[in-house]
Amino acid sequence: MSTQTTDEDSEATGQSDSEAPASSPGERRRAEKRERQTEKARQAAETESDEETVLLKVFRYDPEVEGKREPRFDDFHVPFYKGMTVLDALIYARDTYDSSLTFRHSCRQAICGSDALFINGRQRLGCKTQLSDLDEPVRIEPLPHQDVVKDLVVDMEHFYDQMESVEPYFDPDELPSDDMAEQRQSRENREKIKMSTRCIWCGACMSSCNIAAGDNQYLGPAAINKAYRFAMDEREGDERKEKRMEIMEQEHGVWRCQTQFSCTEVCPKDIPLTEHIQELKREAVKSNLKFW
Amino acid sequence: MSQSYDRGTIEDFGRWRDFSAGMWAWVFHKFTGWVLIGYLFTHIAVLSTATAADPTVYTNTISGLEDLLIVRLLEVGLLAVAVFHILNGIRLLFVDLGMGLTAQDKTFYLSLVLTGAIVVASVPTFVGGKL
Repeated sequence: MSTQTTDEDSEATGQSDSEAPASSPGERRRAEKRERQTEKARQAAETESDEETVLLKVFRYDPEVEGKREPRFDDFHVPFYKGMTVLDALIYARDTYDSSLTFRHSCRQAICGSDALFINGRQRLGCKTQLSDLDEPVRIEPLPHQDVVKDLVVDMEHFYDQMESVEPYFDPDELPSDDMAEQRQSRENREKIKMSTRCIWCGACMSSCNIAAGDNQYLGPAAINKAYRFAMDEREGDERKEKRMEIMEQEHGVWRCQTQFSCTEVCPKDIPLTEHIQELKREAVKSNLKFW
Repeated sequence: MSQSYDRGTIEDFGRWRDFSAGMWAWVFHKFTGWVLIGYLFTHIAVLSTATAADPTVYTNTISGLEDLLIVRLLEVGLLAVAVFHILNGIRLLFVDLGMGLTAQDKTFYLSLVLTGAIVVASVPTFVGGKL
């Protein structure tokens, strides 16, 4: 049936072509060209008018400027391209619309840990979050539970204090006698602590933790993970490990964790934080309970 | 330098729509825990006043309570709360032992489903009438 129709159509077209003797081949070509051009122009106009944009709702606050002391949300319509991240969109908004828009960023490849933001109700790295994965409008806020300095910039001092309070440095009991000798680690041990070494200090976990929000002294997932990284390293000295476990066992140490898994959910480096905290809890029990 | 103020929707329980499975498990566990403590005290209060020398006092108290539909409905609620608390407690036990942490959200949903099934199965017994 369908083939028949097509045959008839082409016949009809052939007839009409031959029945138009007035138009020379040149004229016909020109007419076709004109048609193509108008078609092209129409298409161009179409793409321009509905060029894909993404609506960002960005948290704004500046305590130093009179009119900006009241927190508010600003809308930015940013042209979208394939592969655009939230950080790209923010940079575009800052460079094109409002140079006072403030946020931290540096490497743009999820290594420096500067741009942890609260995007659509979740702590994420701006540079690691594809706009295409998010619902519109994209709501960008500073990390919760930290004081806002300006716009999307939060005060990280407390987070850094907690990180440093677990004494995050390597301290072996004995050093190899030769200055140039390596301090070897077994492959198994390296595998064990592998994930914990990946922390980029972005503070997303601490911000997502309900307990850390209510208890300012709680060390927080990142700091405990840091302690895990060294405590579980076989090269670390016994004395140092014991001291580290003492820090962990405090009232505001590992026992504050109530396994909500919020930190594990939001960690941009997929560190199994809850697992590490739980392991340190068991370690703490083991070092204190001795029945022999 | 920095300043605190009411951050509105960013605060925790105002954004319950964004909670993940682990967070819900925690909220429900706390809630059911408090309900069970509350029940424990009412339980002690009711039974301690019902245990007189005369055993009919006890029988009358219990059957008087069971005659009320609201009490029977509350019993279904109590069962739901207790079953969830038990199942999630077992889940937390495994979490503490470091087992199946990657499946923690699935086990939470499983405990919810099991709680639902057990509660539905109990409805005829509780609401239906005399035990």
